[in-house]
Amino acid sequence: MKPLLLFILLGICWIPAQAAIEAYEFDSPQMEADYNQLINELRCLVCQNQNLSGSNAELAQDLRRETYQMLQQGKSQQEVVDFMVARYGDFVLYRPQFKASTYLLWLGPFLLLLVVLFVVIRRLRAAQKPVEVDTAALDNARQLLERNEPRP
Amino acid sequence: MIRFALPLGIFVLMVGLLGYGLRLDPKIVPSPLIDKPAPAFSLSTLEDPSRQLSTVDMAGQVWVLNVWASWCVSCRAEHEVIKSLASRNLVTVVGLNYKDDPGDATRWLKQLGNPYATSVVDRDGRVGIDWGVYGVPETFVIGADGMIKYKHIGPVTHESLEQKIMPILRELLS
Repeated sequence: MKPLLLFILLGICWIPAQAAIEAYEFDSPQMEADYNQLINELRCLVCQNQNLSGSNAELAQDLRRETYQMLQQGKSQQEVVDFMVARYGDFVLYRPQFKASTYLLWLGPFLLLLVVLFVVIRRLRAAQKPVEVDTAALDNARQLLERNEPRP
Repeated sequence: MIRFALPLGIFVLMVGLLGYGLRLDPKIVPSPLIDKPAPAFSLSTLEDPSRQLSTVDMAGQVWVLNVWASWCVSCRAEHEVIKSLASRNLVTVVGLNYKDDPGDATRWLKQLGNPYATSVVDRDGRVGIDWGVYGVPETFVIGADGMIKYKHIGPVTHESLEQKIMPILRELLS
């Protein structure tokens, strides 16, 4: 009984997150996959924290239609991306391109990781280094402890 | 000393950067079209659908393209400013009637006054996409060389007209 209940509850909770409602017909499954990937990676500029597939703003609908038409005309994914970037700028990409102005964005986290690793390793090495001991003073201290003089 | 100076320095730097970021308006996305050729269009005019206006007709002169629609509330807000710009007779102001019903658009102009030399009809928003329009109203300044010199996103206020657009126009016209 319990698994069934869980199954039903999960079914209720699972609401598809996509708002795209147009029923486009694709020539091939590959084209459909390309389309879905594109509308997931392109930003809607009207509601800026949504992608084209998640937004139902008019502009998002228009850009989905544009994407579909370009793919139907045999354009490649890259050509669609270039088309959007030429008009709306890099901001339209949820996955920014790897180029001079975005090197820091892509490599920054790894750079930071390297810096942290460097600092940590240096600290660990410093902790492992044997402490320099003044053997004469140590002997002296030991003698003092071993003398064990009876208290007055 | 360095033990305190370094974290403090990093803290001050971060506060500075975050503070600067807070002042930026994320709604204003810089257009990649600045200093690029104005995207070509040839559209029928609102006044006379049998007549076409194309970007070629505008070549050689400084002009302003104002994207508007009767359904756009902010367009109503900026309309007086566009009228003020047009009344100076400095440049040709062309309207791009974006995704609008021509009947509604004509009524809107009749009611509020028509500052445009002409308005072209972009019924399906296809030309809007070419111009990177994402938030009506938008205003473009195009130079005599056919390049987009400036883009204003959102309603033009008297302030932004005098401080941003007019200096650019004066420079282009001189």
